[in-house]
Amino acid sequence: MNTSASRALIPLGIFLALAGLLFYGLKLDPREIPSPLIDKPAPDFTLESLKDPSQTLTKEVLLGKVSLVNVWASWCPSCRQEHAELMRIARQNQGVQFLGFNWKDTRPEALQMLQQFGDPYTTILYDPDNRSGIDWGVYGAPETFIVDPQGIIRHKHVGPIDARVWEQEIRPIVEQYQAKKS
Amino acid sequence: MTLSHPNRLVAPLALAATLALGAAHAFTLEEFTFEDPARTDEFKDLVGELRCLVCQNESLAGSQASVAQDLRKEVYRMMQEGKSRDEVVEFLVARYGDFVLYEPPIKPSTYILWFGPFLFFGLGGFMLLRAIQRKKAEPEQELSQAERERLQQLLAKTDRND
Repeated sequence: MNTSASRALIPLGIFLALAGLLFYGLKLDPREIPSPLIDKPAPDFTLESLKDPSQTLTKEVLLGKVSLVNVWASWCPSCRQEHAELMRIARQNQGVQFLGFNWKDTRPEALQMLQQFGDPYTTILYDPDNRSGIDWGVYGAPETFIVDPQGIIRHKHVGPIDARVWEQEIRPIVEQYQAKKS
Repeated sequence: MTLSHPNRLVAPLALAATLALGAAHAFTLEEFTFEDPARTDEFKDLVGELRCLVCQNESLAGSQASVAQDLRKEVYRMMQEGKSRDEVVEFLVARYGDFVLYEPPIKPSTYILWFGPFLFFGLGGFMLLRAIQRKKAEPEQELSQAERERLQQLLAKTDRND
């Protein structure tokens, strides 16, 4: 090949590579911050149950089953948006423990929302003043953690869960750790 | 017309009052004080260097997000307990990742970030040097007799046109 012609193609090549890189960057979501807690044991906590203030919940509740720890609040619009989807997933996946993590909310408002839209959770932790939220590295709602039966955090999803996120992102990981257990 | 004067005064005053009240509700760093003024300064420096995760272009010191206020309180509590700056940073990084730092640490995944600019700078310098050397190596091309005559002709033509 003519060397001067192939030389002239170099700037074009560089341009295409740069354009490709920037185009890829457009699709990244800057709000998705990787959690340093992945593959680490879930942080210890001592929190009241949302439904029963006399009941104290600790890390023990995470053991023995794959859990989805779903951070939510009644003031959070995206949480309402994902609520119906969570109801459906919880109904169809009895083997998964749905642990609600009620975050920076008030008890009456949280309970009212569950009364109105249904309750997908097996148990709900109540963290009104972000005591445990900081330990979990929560910075917004909704966020969802997948915790394996040994209490180790395996995945974190930021933002609402919809059918696509459940099928493509969360379900494969849940099944992977369910299979390991048996 | 005279009646409008009081109104003209009232409106800005009302606006100023509203703004002042609004500011009173906003979060400030004033509530965080230490007995040792040096610690107060250290606290202000530290929250200024930590990034708020909700509004990512703001520091923990400047953010109005409620999560930022929670984290300011946590940093304050830890510093009240006598924790050092490094301990506070370590605590936050363990929970939120390097993202809370405006200045990312030097490690394999950030090498390109830290050293990339120097690499490109070196590459550019190398290419520039090479181009200069090539230019130097090329001999000045002498004009042939025919070309020289043609040059003279063209110059003469432009003179006439002027």
